[in-house]
Amino acid sequence: MTSVATTDLVRGGRSTRTTIALKLTMAVSGLVFVLWVLAHMYGNLKAFAGHDAFDEYAGHLRTMGQPIFPHAGALWIIRAILVVAIVAHVTSAVILWRRAEGARTTRYQVKKNKHSSLSSRTMRWGGLALLLFIAWHLINFSAPRVNVTGGSTADPYDLVVDSFSTWWLTLVYLVAMLALGMHIRHGFWSACQTLGWTSTTRARHRAKSAGIFLAVLIAGGFSLVPIFVLAGVITK
Amino acid sequence: MTDMPDTTTTGNPSHDAPGDVVDDAAGYYREGDPIADTKSPDDQPVERRWSERKFSARMANPAKRRTLSVIVVGTGLAGASAAATLGEAGYQVKTFCYQDSPRRAHSIAAQGGINAAKNYKGDGDSVYRLFYDTVKGGDYRSRESNSYRLAEVSVNIIDQAVAQGVPFAREYGGLLDNRSFGGVQVSRTFYARGQTGQQLLIGAYQALERQVAAGTVETFTRHEMLELVVVDDGSGPRTRGIITRDLVTGAIDTHIADAVVLATGGYGNVYYLSTNAMGSNVTASWRAHRKGAFFGNPCYTQIHPTCIPVSGTHQSKLTLMSESLRNDGRIWVPKDPADVTRDPRDIAEEDRDYYLERIYPSFGNLVPRDIASRQAKNMCDEGRGVGPEVEGVRRGVYLDFADAIARLGRPAIEAKYGNLFDMYTRITAEDPYQTPMRVYPAIHYTMGGLWVDYDLQSNLPGLFVAGEANFSDQGANRLGASALMQGLADGYFVLPNTIRDYLADGPFDTVPDDHPAVVEARASVQERIDHFLTVNGTRSVDSYHRELGNIMWEYCGMERSAEGLRKAIDLIRSLRDDFWRNVKVLGDSESLNQSLEKAGRVADFFELGELMCIDALHRRESCGGHFRAESQTEDGEALRHDDTFAFVSAWEFGGESGARELGTPVLHKEDLVYTAIEMKQRSYK
Amino acid sequence: MTLTLKIWRQADAAAEGRLHTYQLDEVSPDMSFLEMLDVLNEQLNAAGEEPVAFDSDCREGICGMCSLMINGEAHGPEVTTTCQLHMRSFADGDTITIEPWRAAPFPVLKDLVVDRSAFDRIIQSGGYISVNTGAAPDAHAIPVPKQNADRAFDMATCIGCGACVAACPNGSASLFVGAKVTHLGELPQGQAERDHRVVNMVAQHDHEGFGGCTNIGECAAACPKEIPLDVISQLNRDLRAAMRHGH
Ligand SMILES: Cc1cc2nc3c(=O)[nH]c(=O)nc-3n(C[C@H](O)[C@H](O)[C@H](O)COP(=O)(O)OP(=O)(O)OC[C@H]3O[C@@H](n4cnc5c(N)ncnc54)[C@H](O)[C@@H]3O)c2cc1C
Ligand code: HEM
Ligand code: HEM
Ligand code: SF4
Ligand code: F3S
Ligand code: FES
Repeated sequence: MTSVATTDLVRGGRSTRTTIALKLTMAVSGLVFVLWVLAHMYGNLKAFAGHDAFDEYAGHLRTMGQPIFPHAGALWIIRAILVVAIVAHVTSAVILWRRAEGARTTRYQVKKNKHSSLSSRTMRWGGLALLLFIAWHLINFSAPRVNVTGGSTADPYDLVVDSFSTWWLTLVYLVAMLALGMHIRHGFWSACQTLGWTSTTRARHRAKSAGIFLAVLIAGGFSLVPIFVLAGVITK
Repeated sequence: MTDMPDTTTTGNPSHDAPGDVVDDAAGYYREGDPIADTKSPDDQPVERRWSERKFSARMANPAKRRTLSVIVVGTGLAGASAAATLGEAGYQVKTFCYQDSPRRAHSIAAQGGINAAKNYKGDGDSVYRLFYDTVKGGDYRSRESNSYRLAEVSVNIIDQAVAQGVPFAREYGGLLDNRSFGGVQVSRTFYARGQTGQQLLIGAYQALERQVAAGTVETFTRHEMLELVVVDDGSGPRTRGIITRDLVTGAIDTHIADAVVLATGGYGNVYYLSTNAMGSNVTASWRAHRKGAFFGNPCYTQIHPTCIPVSGTHQSKLTLMSESLRNDGRIWVPKDPADVTRDPRDIAEEDRDYYLERIYPSFGNLVPRDIASRQAKNMCDEGRGVGPEVEGVRRGVYLDFADAIARLGRPAIEAKYGNLFDMYTRITAEDPYQTPMRVYPAIHYTMGGLWVDYDLQSNLPGLFVAGEANFSDQGANRLGASALMQGLADGYFVLPNTIRDYLADGPFDTVPDDHPAVVEARASVQERIDHFLTVNGTRSVDSYHRELGNIMWEYCGMERSAEGLRKAIDLIRSLRDDFWRNVKVLGDSESLNQSLEKAGRVADFFELGELMCIDALHRRESCGGHFRAESQTEDGEALRHDDTFAFVSAWEFGGESGARELGTPVLHKEDLVYTAIEMKQRSYK
Repeated sequence: MTLTLKIWRQADAAAEGRLHTYQLDEVSPDMSFLEMLDVLNEQLNAAGEEPVAFDSDCREGICGMCSLMINGEAHGPEVTTTCQLHMRSFADGDTITIEPWRAAPFPVLKDLVVDRSAFDRIIQSGGYISVNTGAAPDAHAIPVPKQNADRAFDMATCIGCGACVAACPNGSASLFVGAKVTHLGELPQGQAERDHRVVNMVAQHDHEGFGGCTNIGECAAACPKEIPLDVISQLNRDLRAAMRHGH
């Protein structure tokens, strides 16, 4: 990450130490997130089925895999994967970000972007927003759990309904879902490209469409619960 | 289209008796001793000479090669291929180019293709046929043994390029495709769409970069060679190095080696407007010439008939439209000069003059480059040229595809020429599918160059010259698709085999920085730079270059006459005098200074221009691309004089007399002897 | 037409640079962009101000020497090189901002001229097929399916201009590297060194200080030779293959 041109040749380069290796890490961890949010979004929709169905799902999270795994064992495995993924994803993102900053030390006075999506150019800030969101989200719903209305935090369903009855918290979530949607819109096709699956124009178009579809599906699916709570459709 | 089917007639139909020949150039030159190429084993039949020479050339073993160093100036097809090959052989090589990367040498611009006698089409091609076509296309003014060798190694070039990954056009079966180019009767041109030069150069460039990584070659980009170092330590002169200027820092450096190769390309930019790149120059060759290297046939330049015409005085260069367009386009001008400003589509068929079809009924639009060019100029000089008026004359003729579109349909034309039409539209904002293209001849290639023997060594020992920079293989005219062939033949196959004979005597003594030859060379470089930066006159370098170009084009272009050439010499001399006293170059010499770079190049073009005019004046015959008004048949066609001019004019620098005045150049003649081919006069009627 | 030009002037690599404003009259729409700058330079020279340094050589869109960021677009508003851009793409009275390529591995040498030798080193690190002169088999010994040959050709048309780097928000040269890796990887001759080539070229790319690609796509849009984004996917795929093969 030098800021001046070099004059020497690298000898014995290793594939695992390249920027592309970092990108592959991001792509794989990113796709893990996509799978996670897909599943999580599906689970959240249980809120429409009422209090018991939702809590049963929350409970199921902890009992799945039994008796092969101890109580909450499978959940812990998923958590571990997610933690590894987020560390890998964020670390790679930070390294690449710093490289990119170093690659253009003098900015253009005038710069047009003619062919790229806003999503693609805001991946880093979007990712940062997601990181903040996740931090808050875990505090909010997972541990230690915070009920902004001051009510109980024992029952997951009630906590969700309490939270999203608060208009500003719903707004925070909806903004986060916008960020998530944008991140996935570019992230999904980008991951395909990074994994080398889009070496033709057609494959690229298909991956882009799939990215948009997933983005709408996931961000839209997540947004339903907060909106319907706020609208008073989902209640305690 | 320089070469045409066999409609030639034997012998000269009409010519002056030897005694009649007037020496137009008397007083402008002195005659020196004749020269002979002593390296070509001429006692052997032509097809045995190259193997014979390869065998007799001495070798150096691998361990010794590592102690031998070679400088290669130029990284075009000739230079890059030579440097890569010498590097592979284990010599220590340094290469130089003025661009920021070796990959940008002007060879990159070649469009059409590269010839090779592969006979993959089974249409009767052979090494002999390619040799024959080359000599005939060169109007019997090339050296027989060199042209034969060129044809002989042509086949290896294709093999080499394919192995390097050059993506030549292929057929569905996966084998290489060929086309017929330049009007020859066989299909022997290998091509990569319209970018053959680019693909071949990138192949050579990659081979070169591979050697850089291997540590055998060191590249110096943005470095311009400004002087040659010739050392004489009692045993005669020996070329030992070059002086360069780092175009970024302005540093003047000395590079010493056991041999120097110049592969610096052609000098078409002496005309200011040409199809050459902006930086193409004669400086390397000219500096060598001033140090004693002979300049061969400087007046042999090739003019390409179908370039996009000049649109205004701001024009900086001309763009070539491939010769293949004449296969389907019809060339015409209005019959009536009053019609030249009318929309061509409104001009009725009977008011158009398809002049090539009229004058040359059997060849029509497919006459060779020189004839098509000259007739276009004649039409414009008659006031029937079309397009914008630049300096009082409309310089353009129509190249019309309406008939072809009607006959073959637009899609067929698009498939064949689409990219050319797009390029035309981009430059002119006109749509050639709707209105006829306008084209005009432009300087395209220079057959002349430094004189070399069969080994590609100049008369200065240790100075080798390859590619367009030498004079040897193309004669008075060049066939389409044969310059790429020559560059790569020289660089990959010829030079590496001949230079070893010279290097077998090396390594030579080290040349210290304070050696008088080095001190003198550096001082002269410095003196020129200091001069340019201190004149502080009133005119820009470009304005002088443009004016010189106009003189050259007017009097030493397509058609030349004794009177015009004498006038040109006077004009050049006085303009050069003014240039040295009145040029304005701002900035300093310690940083990137493009005006300063140009000033040095233009200074050398002035001297070259004068020599070209003298050479043209002396050669009172029409041959190849060069038409002398005094030497024509009754119906105005080119007339060659084999009895008086079947020789190479190798010019020796006449020295400098007084304040930047040139001394009288000395002419050495090398007789051209053909043993394998009979000289014939071309005819296209 | 009359133009206002804002041009980056910088005395040398070490100096500070800034935009200077110039007024230029009587620009013809038939001029190429570089001819317009030639006219400006004549004007500056006459006025005693040093001409603007910019690179160009072939002026027909093939050598890759010309550059320039024109109003924030590499090679200007058309899909072509700056030397093939004509003034008819602009309107009378326009203000045009002209800057050099910006990338740390492409340091500015003077005014609008940058050093692109990093590209040569990337090629040195593996952008070739190793075959010594004279060691080649007959050209017809290796048939290449036409579709591979055509694709190889498309990717080989890269002119090494650096517009991809200039346009990429990350300052990545992935399009350039991808084009070469794809060109050589399409051909049977290029297989033997395929893994080494991609690893070494990417390692050199990184070492030069170019950014990593995040698939933004500005590069392909700026490329005058229309090298498609396919090549970056191919590059990634080849690197992954090399990784699998333990390189
Ligand atoms: C538009 C165009 C189309 C053409 N099409 C064809 C075609 O289809 N087929 C064909 O066979 N031929 C064609 N030709 C001709 C052919 O391209 C050239 O003759 C040939 O490529 C010349 O190669 P070269 O290696 O001798 O020189 P070049 O490629 O011109 O290389 C010259 C090198 O010398 C360097 N140099 C020059 N001066 C100096 C100096 N003073 N100091 C340091 N370095 C210096 C330059 O940097 C460059 O690297 C075409 C030519 C043009 C202009
Ligand atoms: C649930 C959360 C997340 C999901 C689903 C996700 C998904 C993805 C995916 C699929 C990619 C594409 C990888 C590739 O280009 O090959 C990606 C890239 C990226 N992500 Fe995330 N990510 C998430 C969270 C984050 C977080 C928290 C950050 C924090 C910094 C972040 C920053 C980035 C960045 C900078 C990129 C690079 C853009 C790119 O490579 O195209 N992401 N993400
Ligand atoms: C509006 C949308 C969302 C709602 C309503 C929601 C709801 C919840 C709830 C109720 C829990 C607690 C489950 C439990 O522990 O019993 C939870 C946990 C979690 N959510 Fe969300 N969530 C939303 C969006 C997201 C998003 C976008 C992400 C990731 C990017 C995410 C990541 C997580 C994680 C990592 C946990 C912790 C799981 C655990 O380890 O226990 N959530 N979510
Ligand atoms: S990929 Fe395109 S933009 Fe990049 S260097 Fe090559 S030609 Fe220029
Ligand atoms: S713009 Fe840059 S991020 Fe990648 S796709 Fe092109 S190199
Ligand atoms: S000057 Fe050669 S590509 Fe523009």
